[in-house]
Amino acid sequence: MAIPYEFGYQKPATLQEAIALLAEHDKNARILAGGTDLVNELKQGFRVPEILIDIKGITELKNIQLVDDQLEIGALVTFSEILHSKILHDNAYILFEAAGLVASNGVRNRATMVGNICSAVACMDSASPLLVHDAVIHLISSQGERNVPIQKWFDDNRKTTIRPNELVTHVSIPIPKVKYAGAYQKMMRYSGEDLSQANVGVLLFADNTVHVAFGSVGPIPKRSPKIENLLKAKGLSADTIEEAKQMIEKVIAPITDVRASKEYRLHMCKVMFVRALNTAQARIKKPKLITKKLHYEKKCLQSE
Amino acid sequence: MKKNVFSLNDEIRSIYINPNETLLEVLRDKLGVKSPKCGCDSGDCGACTVLIDGKSVRSCLILAIEVDGSTISTLEGISKDGLSPLQKAFHEHNVFQCGYCAPGMILSATELLKKNPHPSEHDIKEAIAGNLCRCTGYIPVIEAILDFTKKD
Ligand code: FES
Ligand code: FES
Repeated sequence: MAIPYEFGYQKPATLQEAIALLAEHDKNARILAGGTDLVNELKQGFRVPEILIDIKGITELKNIQLVDDQLEIGALVTFSEILHSKILHDNAYILFEAAGLVASNGVRNRATMVGNICSAVACMDSASPLLVHDAVIHLISSQGERNVPIQKWFDDNRKTTIRPNELVTHVSIPIPKVKYAGAYQKMMRYSGEDLSQANVGVLLFADNTVHVAFGSVGPIPKRSPKIENLLKAKGLSADTIEEAKQMIEKVIAPITDVRASKEYRLHMCKVMFVRALNTAQARIKKPKLITKKLHYEKKCLQSE
Repeated sequence: MKKNVFSLNDEIRSIYINPNETLLEVLRDKLGVKSPKCGCDSGDCGACTVLIDGKSVRSCLILAIEVDGSTISTLEGISKDGLSPLQKAFHEHNVFQCGYCAPGMILSATELLKKNPHPSEHDIKEAIAGNLCRCTGYIPVIEAILDFTKKD
C-alpha cells in the first residue's frame, strides 16, 4: 500500500537543528527514528504530518551509558542494540529480557525503545520494565529541557504527555542502591513475533520491596501501589502472594479483543505475576542464573 | 523529489524519490529488484526483508529516502555469481514450495550465519521467527540451515 499523501523530509545533523525544525513546524511535524510504527501509521492515515524529521543523523542520541548512578538510553537505541549491551544486561536485566521478546529480529534491528514508548500502543513491551525501574523521560524543545517520570508519561492508548515541539533525547534509569533483580513475563499466542496480550514486570529489591507493573491490560500500562504496599507490609509469604494475586482483579481491568478475552487476560496476569516474582526471587539469590538460562542472548554478548 | 545515492548489491545507484515512497516500492517498481515481496505490508511477515548495512530489516516499513548513503543487499546480490552455498543447501533440502517467503528467509539466515556461524536450533528459530511461511512448516528450513553449518 502506498502512502496516499505527500510530506516533506528533513534529516538534521544536530540536536539544535532538529529542535529548530520542530519549533518551526510544531504539530505538523513528526519525529522519525526506526519508523516501524510510524510508517504503518502513515500508511493507515492515522498520522498525517506535513514533515518528517529523521533524527538518525544525530549521533549523540545513539548512546547507552552509565553516568554516575544513572543508566541512560538514547532515543536512537534499537532493541537489537539493547540485546547487545553488556551495561543493560548487567544493570537492567528486565529491559534486556523484554527487548528479546519484541517482535522479531528484523523489526528489532530498526525499532527503538524510545519510539516504543512514544507510540505508546497499549501492548508495548518497554513500558512495564521502565515503570518498575522508575525511569525518567528526558525531553528537549526550543523552550528548554523537561523531565517526565514514566508514571506520568502515558495519557491514553497511543497518547503521551509529549508536547508537539518536543523531542525525547533519552530515558534514564536510576540504579538502585540495594541489590535488585527483575523479571518480565509476556503472554502471546506464539513466540517469536507476536504482540503481547498481557505482560507483567516485577522488580524485587534486597529489602523485599517489590515494584510491579501490568501492560496491555488497559489503555495505559500501570504500576500497582496497592499490591506493592501489601507485599511491603506483609512480606513475601505464600499467603501474602496469594492475597496479592487475588488483588490483581481489582487493580486491572482488561478488555476483550481479537487477541484475548478479558477473563483469560486476568487469569494469566495472576499466573504471570507469580512467575515473575518467583523468577526475580531466584535471580536475586543467584545472579548467575540469568546468563546460564538465556543462551541465545549470551551468544549475542559474546559476539560483541 | 530528492536525489538518493546508495549501494545496491555492490552497485552505486542514484535515484530521485519522494519522501512517501517505501523502500520496498522503490526496489520493486523503480529499480526492478523483485526478490523482496510484499506480503503483509505492515512488518509482520518478513517477505520484504532486505539487508541494510548487513542487518535484516523490513523494507515495507522503511522510507526509501532514509537509506541515502546505506549499503543494501537483496537476494539478487547474494546470488550474483550463481547460487550461494547457503542457497544450495536450501536447494538440496528441497526446502521451499511456493517460494514467496524464500528471499526473506535466506537473508535472515545469511545475517544469522555471519554473526554466528554455528547456531543452535534455538538460534535459528529465533532468527527466522519473523519470516512467515505458509507452505513448509519451517522444519526443512531449520534442517537445511543446521545441515549447512555442519558442513563447514
Ligand atoms: S511485507 Fe514487509 S513484513 Fe510483510
Ligand atoms: S514456501 Fe510458500 S510461503 Fe514459504
